Amino acid sequence: MRRSPLGWLGLYAAVALIAVVALFPFYWAVVSSLEQGSALFAVHYWPPAPAWDNYRAVFAEQDFGRNILNSTLVAGATVLLALGAAVPAAYALGRVRFRGRGALLFTILGVSMFPQIAVLSGLFELIRALGLYNRWPGLALSYTLFTLPFTVWVLTVFTAQIPRELEEAALVDGASPLGIVWRIFVPLLGPAMVTSGLLAFIAAWNEFLFALTFTLNNDARTVPVAIALITGASQYELPWGRVMAASVIVTLPLVGLVLLFQRRIVSGLTAGAVKG
Amino acid sequence: MRRRRPLTLHRHRVRTARWLLLPTLGLLAAVAAWPLARTAGLAFTDATLGSPASGRWVGLYNFAALAADPAWWEAVVNTLRFAALSVSLELGLGLGVALVLRRAFPGNSVLRAVVLLPWAIPNVVSARMWAWMAHDVYGVLNDLLLRAHLIAQPVPWLADAGTALAVIVTADVWKTTPFVALLLLAGLQAIPAGLYEAARVDGAGPWRCFRHVTLPLLRPAIAVALVFRLLDALRVFDVVYVLTGSSHTTATVSVYARQQLIDFQDFGYGSAASLAIFLLVAMGAVAVITGLRVRLEAP
Repeated sequence: MRRSPLGWLGLYAAVALIAVVALFPFYWAVVSSLEQGSALFAVHYWPPAPAWDNYRAVFAEQDFGRNILNSTLVAGATVLLALGAAVPAAYALGRVRFRGRGALLFTILGVSMFPQIAVLSGLFELIRALGLYNRWPGLALSYTLFTLPFTVWVLTVFTAQIPRELEEAALVDGASPLGIVWRIFVPLLGPAMVTSGLLAFIAAWNEFLFALTFTLNNDARTVPVAIALITGASQYELPWGRVMAASVIVTLPLVGLVLLFQRRIVSGLTAGAVKG
Repeated sequence: MRRRRPLTLHRHRVRTARWLLLPTLGLLAAVAAWPLARTAGLAFTDATLGSPASGRWVGLYNFAALAADPAWWEAVVNTLRFAALSVSLELGLGLGVALVLRRAFPGNSVLRAVVLLPWAIPNVVSARMWAWMAHDVYGVLNDLLLRAHLIAQPVPWLADAGTALAVIVTADVWKTTPFVALLLLAGLQAIPAGLYEAARVDGAGPWRCFRHVTLPLLRPAIAVALVFRLLDALRVFDVVYVLTGSSHTTATVSVYARQQLIDFQDFGYGSAASLAIFLLVAMGAVAVITGLRVRLEAP
């Protein structure tokens, strides 16, 4: 399509506006995290004397390393749990026509729309009964509430697209159903598994309500809880430099994931929703 | 003795499918169905956080108390106000961003990645970033607005209920507009280009193309985005909790229920509030899905 110079100008003005609005809060967090002492108490659009003090303080004044480790363990275990359960389920839902299949799919999708608060008291009780209170496996288990339904949904969408002939050929060769899932579907579903695994990882890495409620101290606290609980002597003495440094640290891996896997994330988000 | 029918291939596959579904159904029973049933049961007792099992049956007492608590109704109003404001802004802005992203221009894929960044970070982090930007004394928001002469003196954004809601909505809109934009972009890309050419041949300008081709064909995508966003907005917790704590002037229903459950350790009453939220969200879902006639299709 041909576009007039004025059209180009308007387009690039819109592009610039979107980029500035999307990026400015990140820029501001980085600038603030590099300021030290009283420099923070004046608005600088560029840090006057950039220093790493806040980053050092995040690890020195609290065990932020432990929080990062907890978050990584929780998110990793959540992904394994969700994929481990969802891959066989997606084969069953995507390849086998049985009665009640549609109803089952929508029930599973419905679970992902549960308000987390609605299961909080029952889940709290369950986690304590299992001895998982204030332990990271408890968080990973509870996170299947919102990661498993959309993992099943996304993988079912992709499974249903795999040509029937591949499966029939394997059946003729005498492969067992589990063999078919393992040898044919898992390799073909690789890209879809990366996509839904990424989405599950990000959801688990970012979760706050369960992480706040099912942990007691730093042994199991994840990064969002640690950042939310950084406090000063009073509301007005919040160590904002440290809060921003911690925010920048947890944002970096997510920025990396987004830049590396942008296309996959978008395809997963839209497969999970547009078809729904 | 009844003779077993020989297993046909299909029946064999259905039987295998049941086994393959077992882990998923087991996990969802454990983390969704059972806890929801427990919450529903606890809502009729006076259980406490310390010993949930030893609660006594109190009938509808908790629900009567909930209906009589002005703080609960304030939370309901706060939630509805937040949902209406944030979802309509997200849909409007998301459509704008999607229309820009649909254009072919150098740097399009870079902009797509940039737009995705706010979506990827934790709510807690975006709430903290906005709290700091909206700081009454050292905040950049006041500084920018003062420089632009839009305000005469610094505004204590988070101290007043109205401006605090504005900050909460802004933080949420900033973070979730990308999701809406990407959903709508996928919808836009599914519109056949031939339709636009036909409209142009018929002499339709850009506005009429948008009004009579884009909007009607985008309706299903808009409806799906609306369902997802509305259900998310009705259960909002993180951004409100981090920006204004449990302050009742901005507390949403989820913040209210958690405060009752955990801070006040009132498991029975808190469960009643949680159950009410579940019904609120379920009704919202049914109303939107039937009202907009969202077509749900199993893959």
